[in-house]
Amino acid sequence: MKYKSVFDIIGPVMIGPSSSHTAGAARIGRVARHLFGRKPDYARVYFYGSFAKTYKGHGTDVAIAGGILDFDTFDTRIVNALTLADEAGIKITMSEEDAITDHPNTARIVLGDEKGEMELTGISIGGGKIEITELNGFKLRLSGNHPALLIVHNDKFGAIAGVTNILAKHSINIGQMEVSRKEKGKEALMVIEVDQNIEEGIMQEIESLPIVLQVVKVHD
Amino acid sequence: MFRNAAELVELAESRGCKISDIMIEQEIEFTGKTKEQIISQMDRNLQVMEDAVLRGITEDVRSHSGLTGGDAKLLQTYLKSGKSFSGEFMLDAVSKAIATNEVNAAMGTICATPTAGSAGVVPGTLFAIKEKLNPTREQMVAYLFTSGAFGFVVANNASISGAAGGCQAEVGSATAMAAAAIVELAGGTPSQCAQAFAIALKNMLGLVCDPVAGLVEVPCVKRNAMGASNALVAADMALAGIVSRIPCDEVIEAMYKIGQTMPVALKETAQGGLAATPTGRELEAKIFGVPLSEK
Repeated sequence: MKYKSVFDIIGPVMIGPSSSHTAGAARIGRVARHLFGRKPDYARVYFYGSFAKTYKGHGTDVAIAGGILDFDTFDTRIVNALTLADEAGIKITMSEEDAITDHPNTARIVLGDEKGEMELTGISIGGGKIEITELNGFKLRLSGNHPALLIVHNDKFGAIAGVTNILAKHSINIGQMEVSRKEKGKEALMVIEVDQNIEEGIMQEIESLPIVLQVVKVHD
Repeated sequence: MFRNAAELVELAESRGCKISDIMIEQEIEFTGKTKEQIISQMDRNLQVMEDAVLRGITEDVRSHSGLTGGDAKLLQTYLKSGKSFSGEFMLDAVSKAIATNEVNAAMGTICATPTAGSAGVVPGTLFAIKEKLNPTREQMVAYLFTSGAFGFVVANNASISGAAGGCQAEVGSATAMAAAAIVELAGGTPSQCAQAFAIALKNMLGLVCDPVAGLVEVPCVKRNAMGASNALVAADMALAGIVSRIPCDEVIEAMYKIGQTMPVALKETAQGGLAATPTGRELEAKIFGVPLSEK
């Protein structure tokens, strides 16, 4: 079941005009910001399908910029997000792509600064609900509705046990979990949706595992 | 946990409770939150809806494109003349549905029900009924849970996205959700709620998503208006004891399949239908400076 809560249906509270093109876009931008973990210096946004055709009219551009500024769907500052991003020193470029994607409302976002770059693909599946389908080349399925941990690790035995042992020790319940890799024996990505926000200390503990390369989180 | 309308009705009837109670119970189970927390969250959404309706029927709301705004006020003035054919109550619901969508088009704050483009039908009908039946705040919140329960079923078994299923999936779903909620508020049975849902959705099947210039304005605002009237008629029919020959879940399944076979040009791409009419193209060129096809 794609929709699990009644508030997926009666909600979100949002700035108009489109739940998929405005609220969904804001959420994709915001998850990107959370995963990047800091204010980026630049953002490149690529729109596909219906997003590419109609993004200006739906305010998809301001919404996604608002998300990158960490604004929620109901934040009235979304209306002026492009100006605010400029003032915050984030250089945003947007372009329309012709490629056919699996879902009609798809956006790809690249966030970066001098320390690094991150690329993700998100889809807006209706009513403001989204899924992140790709992160730095890894396929995944992340709703952004729950706190989650994304862990890049070596594709070796013991990685899952190492991470889940730490979570168990801190009494953290796992709601959903997925592991994917680009190539056998190389880097892999663990996506763990949990019931509560994860504290910094636990993140550091996981990061200190020799097999783990990077840990980022999505919070509520 | 219910997966379809038949299970939802069965759960409510076997326990002798309302559809809204089942939805609240499931939300408690899914989120682990208390009943009070869930109800107060829905109450906040109700407040957003009430504010949007009030703003739309009293203020001069205009969208950035200039395509929509001001019609909710026009209808409020007209319905007070007493000359209307469809009746003051009906037009009040229609006007309040329009109000919500006009505020939405103007980038105002609304609550998606189930989407922003279809956000008018549920609150429009609810705030008209508020004048007629004087329900308690609790009953009004329950109205949203009942709408949500049926929306939950349609979202998981078909779609609530215009880009995926056409307008039938958005305003169609909203209309059917409202019809079911009206029946519950009026004292109908869970089974009658499902009948109202089926009757309403059957009459929205095939509705395409063809917004002019790709904006959630034309024809979305007026489709919400007609959705509100459709919901009230379907609710009245179900309350009269009329049943849908095609069961609720099969209507939802039909809606899903129609959406899948609907051409992409008619699914929120501004390539067909009203968007592709000479006037639609002219408006589009005026708004964007160039037609969308040349962008």
